[in-house]
Amino acid sequence: MATPVKVYGPPLSTAVCRVVACLLEKDVEFQLISLNMAKGDHKKPDFLKIQPFGQVPAFQDEKISLFESRAICRYVCENYPEKGNKGLFGTNPLAKASIDQWLEAEGQSFNPPSSALVFQLALAPRMNIKQDEGVIKQNEEKLAKVLDVYEKRLGESRFLAGDEFSLADLSHLPNAHYLVNATDRGEILTSRDNVGRWWGEISNRDSWKKVVDMQKQQHSP
Amino acid sequence: MAGIKVHGSVFSTATQRVFASLYEKELEYELVPVDMKAGEHKKEAFLSLNPFGQVPVLEHGDQKLFESRAITQYIAQEFPDKGTQLTCPGKPIAPLLVWKEVEALQFDPPSSKLNWELVYKPMFGMTTDPAAVEENEAKLAKILDVYEARLSQSKYLACDSFTLVDLHHLPNINLLLGTPVKKLFDARPHVSAWAADITSRPAWAKVLALLKH
Repeated sequence: MATPVKVYGPPLSTAVCRVVACLLEKDVEFQLISLNMAKGDHKKPDFLKIQPFGQVPAFQDEKISLFESRAICRYVCENYPEKGNKGLFGTNPLAKASIDQWLEAEGQSFNPPSSALVFQLALAPRMNIKQDEGVIKQNEEKLAKVLDVYEKRLGESRFLAGDEFSLADLSHLPNAHYLVNATDRGEILTSRDNVGRWWGEISNRDSWKKVVDMQKQQHSP
Repeated sequence: MAGIKVHGSVFSTATQRVFASLYEKELEYELVPVDMKAGEHKKEAFLSLNPFGQVPVLEHGDQKLFESRAITQYIAQEFPDKGTQLTCPGKPIAPLLVWKEVEALQFDPPSSKLNWELVYKPMFGMTTDPAAVEENEAKLAKILDVYEARLSQSKYLACDSFTLVDLHHLPNINLLLGTPVKKLFDARPHVSAWAADITSRPAWAKVLALLKH
């Protein structure tokens, strides 16, 4: 039996969850090694060897260590093509290009404003950091424009890249989950018909429900 | 072979990324200029190609793609035997995947912001914000420290040959080297040598030649 792959990082980190969701979709056994970022585990020399930017997650299997959550997800799909959800990154070059395009769009257009909002609305209060109303407003407007594009796209297509759930949809789960469940701005997603329908579908996948359970266990004594 | 069309602008860094990959691969293409000053990229006809209203868009036969880094990846995979090998054949794919993300998500934001402040704003008669410059120089300096360490172990970022990863940096580095930010590159010998190497590639010279018309 193959050794489980290792993922380093706290279960509450959005980028860590992106990787965990992908591993669950692909049915790849993994071990989550939590890091205490409050204690600076992620800036220690041993960790910097596998992640020179001192961020989470990092990933290791028998062959290699990797960082950047979307690179890890692509690698998992390429390296385990026959496991779990075989179509997660497409089963032919054209499907893959289409998924890649929307995965890039997620990283470039959806991620920046949604991350900023998650930080300002969900994390800053918990860390006793003052919220910046200007930043909140600016990123709400940016995100609204992006979601207008998604609304149109998802009226023509069941999922972002086509008729099947893909890595492109999966990549949105962590930030969208926080927006809907940990802030009062969730309706930015749920009030748009097609985006709301899509969010309902992707957040109900077994793999994502398992990630949410894993996060909840962090809070129990 | 189906024709390749690029919808975009020679002045757009993202479109330049695609041109660079087409020249590296020695592929013929037709440029369909998008008049961004006139707001063409936000009109219905263009939005049907890229709903985000951004350039570039690639058309290859029936395939349409947006996002420059998805386009270059498609070109590298679709034409593996033409021109320069832009991936690391026979080597693990993992470093290529990692360092592609690093360029897109770590290097690109501060360098784009610096180019906006130092190159584009003056061009449009707007005032540079010194605080934004200072903040993004500090961010970029930290990233280039990681690059310096990486490039002292590897000739190029992903492996020992030039790949898409290095190529993706060209448009922003080209602009940065013409600003005071050049000092960040000069202060780091491996980064400096790498930047000089990649910007002197013949395929990149062809992209720069497009700007001269």
